[in-house]
Amino acid sequence: MDPSDVLHDYRVDREPYYRPQTDEVELFLAAYEKRLPVMLKGPTGCGKSRFVEYMAWKLGRPLLTVACNEDMTAADLVGRWLLDTDGTRWQDGLLTLAARHGGICYLDEIVEARQDSTVVIHPLTDHRRQLPLDKKGELVQAHPDFQLVISYNPGYQSVMKDLKQSTKQRFTAFRFDYPSPDVEAEILVRETGIDPATASPLIELAKSARRLKGHGLDEGISTRLLVYAASLMAGGVPAARACRMALVDPLTDDDDIRATLEHAIDALFP
Amino acid sequence: MPCSPDPGSAPPDTPDTDRLTEDWRRRFDCAFDTAQSIFADCLTAAQEQLGGASVAAYVDAARFLCKLGRGAEPVLAFLEGWPAIGALLGPGSLEIVLAWVRTIQRTSNGDVLGAFFQALPATATSLGSRELLEAYLELLTEVAQRSSVSIHRGHAILPSQALPELVRIAPRLLQQVNLQGLRTWAAHGLRHYARNPERQAGYFAMRSADSRALFQSQRQGTLLRTHERPMDLYLRALWDDPVALISYSEAFDELRRPQPYADARGFHLPDLRVDRDGVSGLDQYRLILAHLAAHRRFTRSLTADNVSPFRRLCIETFEDARVDTLLLKRFPGLRRPLLALHPRPEEHACDPARESCIRHRLTMLSRAILDPDHGYRNPLILKFTGAFHERLRQTAGDTSDMVELATEYLIESRLPSDAFANIRFADTEVPYRDDNRHLWHFIEIDDASDFDAASGPAPAAQSSVVYHYPEWDYTTQSYLADWVSLYEHLHPRGQGEDIERLLHKHAPLVKRLERVLARLTPQDRERLRRQEDGSELDLDWAVRSWIDRRSRRTCDQRVNQSFRQVRRDLAVSLLLDLSASLQDPVRGGDSTQTILSLAQEAVALLAWAIDRLGDPFAIAGFHSNTRHEARYWHIKGFSEAWRDEPRARLAALEAGYSTRMGVALRHAGHYLSGQKKDKRLLLILTDGQPADIDVSDPDLLLNDARQAVLELERDGILCHCISLDPHADDYVRKIFGKQFSIIDRVERLPERLPEIFLTLTT
Ligand SMILES: Nc1ncnc2c1ncn2[C@@H]1O[C@H](COP(=O)(O)OP(=O)(O)OP(=O)(O)O)[C@@H](O)[C@H]1O
Ligand SMILES: [Mg+2]
Repeated sequence: MDPSDVLHDYRVDREPYYRPQTDEVELFLAAYEKRLPVMLKGPTGCGKSRFVEYMAWKLGRPLLTVACNEDMTAADLVGRWLLDTDGTRWQDGLLTLAARHGGICYLDEIVEARQDSTVVIHPLTDHRRQLPLDKKGELVQAHPDFQLVISYNPGYQSVMKDLKQSTKQRFTAFRFDYPSPDVEAEILVRETGIDPATASPLIELAKSARRLKGHGLDEGISTRLLVYAASLMAGGVPAARACRMALVDPLTDDDDIRATLEHAIDALFP
Repeated sequence: MPCSPDPGSAPPDTPDTDRLTEDWRRRFDCAFDTAQSIFADCLTAAQEQLGGASVAAYVDAARFLCKLGRGAEPVLAFLEGWPAIGALLGPGSLEIVLAWVRTIQRTSNGDVLGAFFQALPATATSLGSRELLEAYLELLTEVAQRSSVSIHRGHAILPSQALPELVRIAPRLLQQVNLQGLRTWAAHGLRHYARNPERQAGYFAMRSADSRALFQSQRQGTLLRTHERPMDLYLRALWDDPVALISYSEAFDELRRPQPYADARGFHLPDLRVDRDGVSGLDQYRLILAHLAAHRRFTRSLTADNVSPFRRLCIETFEDARVDTLLLKRFPGLRRPLLALHPRPEEHACDPARESCIRHRLTMLSRAILDPDHGYRNPLILKFTGAFHERLRQTAGDTSDMVELATEYLIESRLPSDAFANIRFADTEVPYRDDNRHLWHFIEIDDASDFDAASGPAPAAQSSVVYHYPEWDYTTQSYLADWVSLYEHLHPRGQGEDIERLLHKHAPLVKRLERVLARLTPQDRERLRRQEDGSELDLDWAVRSWIDRRSRRTCDQRVNQSFRQVRRDLAVSLLLDLSASLQDPVRGGDSTQTILSLAQEAVALLAWAIDRLGDPFAIAGFHSNTRHEARYWHIKGFSEAWRDEPRARLAALEAGYSTRMGVALRHAGHYLSGQKKDKRLLLILTDGQPADIDVSDPDLLLNDARQAVLELERDGILCHCISLDPHADDYVRKIFGKQFSIIDRVERLPERLPEIFLTLTT
C-alpha cells in the first residue's frame, strides 16, 4: 500500500459486476479520454451507480461518491475549516479531494441539492478545470485524471427540481433505462444465483408494473427491487411472498394497483 | 343423469335384475302409464346415485306423489329429477321436501306441485345445500299464505297466482341473487300488491318495472361498474392493451344468456359476476379479459361466408382452445381458475341416438386440450388433442392451423344426429369465453359515420379582442401564417358563492391540503448568513472570524445566521378545455354531475391552494369552432386577486364546440411570457385529443399542439397536461412528452389536481 495514496480508501479493489446495456462502457471510456464531464440520467435503481463504480474500477481511478440532499452545502463539497487542539485545520471536501488527487467524483442525485450549492462545480466543468476555494484563498487546478460524474432522475416532473440549463449544458449525457428483459434476467441470475426459469416471471411482473406508470404509479419496479425479490427467493422465501414484500408493498398504497399486481403475481407464479 | 321414457321397454340385462325391478314396481304402485314407462330407467339412476336405503325412500315418495291427486306431472318430474338432487343435497333432503309437500297439499295451492318439481332440479343446483333448500321452502310457504286470496269471509280461498310464477322463475333468479336477496325481493311484491293478485303475479313473473328494479338492487357479486379501474389496470399491466369496457345486463335475458363479446367499441362484459366454482367475480372478469386480450393478440379473423354453422363452431372451439393454451403458457397461475370454470362434461352424458352431441363433443375436446387430467377415453378426442399439441409444440400456431384441424375433426367425428334440433347444451358453456364474433367478418358495407353537428353555447355577443396565430402543418413541416383567428372574451359571471360552497363540500380535502401546504412552506427557507443577530451560530463564519482574531486581523462580528421564508419564484397559468365532451355525465356519478362540474370543483380547490402559496396565476378556458373561430375565455388574470369577480366567472363555466389546442396554448403562453418569474408553468386540463370540425386528419392538430409545446419550452415555459381520458397515453405523450398525468377516475379530479400541482412545484 502506497502511503502517499491519499485516495486509497476510495479505490475500487474488486471488479464490480456490471452487465453493459449497450455501448455505454466504450462511450464512457471515450468521454474519460477527453475528461468530459458526464451526466447519467435514468429512473431510480436502473444501474447508474453500479455503472460508475465499474468504470472507476476499469479506469483504475478512485471513486468519491457524494449522495446529494437538500441540507448539503457548498462546504460539504469544497471543504471547510475545522478546529483542533492547536488551532484550525482545513479539510478538503470530497470534490476538492478528487480534483486535487485525480479521482472520479460522483454526485449522486444532484437535483436533490440546493442550486446554490451546486454552482461550485461550474468552473471545474469547462476548459479551466479549476476549483476556487474562497474560504481558504486557494485555486485548485484539477489533477489530469480528475473527472466529474453526476446522476439525475428526470422522472420527478417537478419544475423546481429540474437542473438549470446552465448546469445541464456542461455535461455529456448517458440515458439509462431499465435493462432489456434478457439483460435484466441475466443480472438477476448473476447477482442472486436464482435460476433463469425463476427470473423470467419476475421480469414479466416488472414489465407489467412499469406499464402502470402514470396510471397511479409514479415509478415502475426498479432493477434494484427485482434484485431484492430475487435474493429473497434465493434465500428460500416463497415467490409470492417475496414479490409482495419487495415489489408491491414498497411501490404503492393504491388498492386497485395492489390488487392488479397481486393478481399478476398469482398469474405468473403458479 | 336424467332418465328417459323407454316406450319399447328395453330388455333387462338379466332376469335377476328384472325381477328386482318388478319388486320395486309393485312397491311404486302407480297407475300413470307415463310414470310406469320411465320407472325402470329412473330406478337405475336412483340406485346409482342414491344407493341403499335411500332407494326405498325414493320409491315410497314417488308412490306418495302419485296418489296425491295432482295428476301425473309431480310424480314424473320427481322420478326424473330426484336422483341427481338427492345426490347433491344428501340424506335428509327428501324428508324436508315431503314435509313441505304435505303442508302445501292441504291448502288451495296444491296444484303448484307440478311446476315445483319441474323446477326443483335447477333450483336445488343454485341453492346447493339442504339448509338453503329448507329456507327456500319456508319462503314458498310464506308467499303461498300471504298471496292467497280469501273470499266469502274466509270460507273459500283462491289459490295464489304469485306462487307458481315464483316457483318457475326462482332457479333463474337464484343464479344472480342469494336466497336473502330473493326473499327481500319477494317481500316487496307481497307487501305492495297485497290487494291486487293480478299485478302481484306480474311482479313475481318479473314483468313489472319495479320488480326488475328491485331485483337489480338485490343482485350480488362483483359489479363491473365499480371495478372498471382495476379492469383497466389489468389490461394495461398484463396485456399492454387497454380497451374500453362496456357492460350489458344478464338479468332479464330469458332466452339465451348473452356472452361477452368484442367489437369496434370495445369489450362487452356482463354487468355482474357472482362468485362460482371457487373463482371470485373479479377473477372471472379478469379471465374474460385475458381470453379476449389473447384473441386480440393471437387471432386473425376469417371470412364467414360459406362456412357452415357446424364448421364455424368447430373452428371456434379449436381457436378458443389455442388462445387459452397460449394464455396459460404466459400466465400459468391462471390454470386453476380457468379449469374451475371450464365445464368437464361426462363422457357418456350425451346419447347420440337421441340428441345432437356436437357441442358436448367439442366441449370435451376443449377440456382435453387444456387439462392433461381430463380422463376421457374417446379415441378421436385423444387423437385430436395430440394433433393440437403437436402443432403448437414449436410455435404459437395460427388461426389457419386451427381451421385445418377443425375441418379434419369435423369430417372424422361427424354423426347423423349432429343435425338434430335438440342439441345437448348441458355443461357446454364456457363462461369466460366470448361469442367469437370478432373471428368472422362478413362482406358488408361500412355504416357511414354520422357527422355530429357542433352544439354548444352560442358565441356570446359581447366585446372581444381578436388575435391571429399560425398553425403548424406537419405534412409540409411549415407554419401556416395567421391561420387561426382567436377571440378573447371575458367569461360571463355566475354566482361566486357557488365556488365558496364547493370548498365547503370538500372540507376534509381542504383540511388535508392545508396540512400539505403548511408543510411545504418550511422547505422554502432561505438561509441568511453573516448576521449580527440571528437564530443560530453560523459555524463556518464563526471559525473564520476566530482565525482572523488569532492572526490579529480585524474580525467580523457577523457570525450568526437566520432564516427567512422565500417567495416561490413561479407563475402558473391554467388552461381549461371547454369543448362539448365536458358536458358528459360522469360515469357512475349522479346524473347532475358532469365532467365540467367536477373540473369546476377541482379548479376551485386548485385556485385556493395556489392563492395560499402566493404564486401569481391565471385561469382561462378555450374551445373552437373551425379555425375562424377559436375562443379564449378569460377567467382570472395574473394581476386579479382570487376574489368575487374571477370566482363568479368560474362558477358560470359552460362547454361546447371542439378542441383546437395549439392556438390556446400559444395564447396562454403569450400571457405567461409576460410574467418575470424564474419558473413558468402552464397546466392544461383536457379530456380528449385536439380536434376540430374543419380538420379531418387528427394528426394535424396533434402535431400543431406538439409544436406549440416546443415553442413554449423554448421560451422557458413548461407545459404539463392533465388528461381525463384514460386512453390518452399515446397522443398525450406525443404532444407533451413526459409532462402529463392521466386521471383514470374522473371523480377523483378535485383531489388529484391540487396534488399534481404540488408535486410539480415542490
Ligand atoms: N447493468 C447492470 N449490471 C449489474 N447490476 C445491475 C445493472 N443494472 C442494475 N443492476 C442491479 O441493480 C441495483 C441498483 O442499481 P444502482 O444502485 O446502480 O441504481 P441507480 O440507477 O444508481 O439508482 P438510484 O438512482 O436510485 O441511485 C444494483 O445494485 C445491481 O444489483
Ligand atoms: Mg444510485
